[in-house]
Amino acid sequence: MQRLLPHPLLTIILAIIWLLLNNSIAPGQITLGLLLGWAIPFFALQFWPTKLKVHKPLTLLKFSYILLYDIIEANFIVALRILGKPEKLRPAFIVVPIDLNSDFAMSILANTSCLTPGSLSALLAPDRKSILMHAMDVEDVDVFIHTIKTRYEQPLKEIFEE
Amino acid sequence: MNIALEILLSVLIITGALFTFIGSLGLARLRDFYTRLHGPTKGTTLGVGCLLIASSIFFSTQGDGFSIHEILITFFLFITAPISAHLLAKSALHLKVDSLVPLPDEAIARKNSQHKPYQSLD
Repeated sequence: MQRLLPHPLLTIILAIIWLLLNNSIAPGQITLGLLLGWAIPFFALQFWPTKLKVHKPLTLLKFSYILLYDIIEANFIVALRILGKPEKLRPAFIVVPIDLNSDFAMSILANTSCLTPGSLSALLAPDRKSILMHAMDVEDVDVFIHTIKTRYEQPLKEIFEE
Repeated sequence: MNIALEILLSVLIITGALFTFIGSLGLARLRDFYTRLHGPTKGTTLGVGCLLIASSIFFSTQGDGFSIHEILITFFLFITAPISAHLLAKSALHLKVDSLVPLPDEAIARKNSQHKPYQSLD
């Protein structure tokens, strides 16, 4: 089972992507999608050495909701800052300590921090203990770090690592 | 096509265009490389999102069934925009591109330790 179906979650996601690409839910397409969803992880197994496991699907759902809200908010904030006075911005480089273990959770954290208000991940420390972020307009560095840690890192840790 | 739908589509397209424009305007208005990265990565996601929702609604109401493959474009955009921003920021740090604020010591120290001056083999 483990050998034949290495990543069940990935299989489902790939099948859904296939159906969306084809814009159809015909039985033939579903079969083809599932077939591809099985074959691609099966042959690309080497690239996914660690098993991806979602421990708390509900937290993931809540996290996606928070993220969607933050992305929309970020768009308005950045738009206002661009239209406002760029001279008054207070950009800063901030080292955010992280304690995530899995690569996947780390890349999701770096990705989300980039879509959310005012931050951009720039560099992952070689020891994987911190991410260097660039913030567009930051008032208090500690508040910034606290927000990243509680709002994004904590749920990610719960979802992927427990 | 009824008038309400047309108004909805127009509003979506105009909002989308506006956000994409503001995002690009950031490139001209902001003052250093690192802050400029914020405009196009964040300011445009909602812009493109609005345009794609408009496209999805338009083609779904044309009678050829649902058209939802636009969702995929949004999905891919959310994945790729941060990655390109990350790589741009990383290479800028590597090249020590000028910034309004001092560059982080950590990055500079790392660069110095890794980047030994070129030595010829002989």
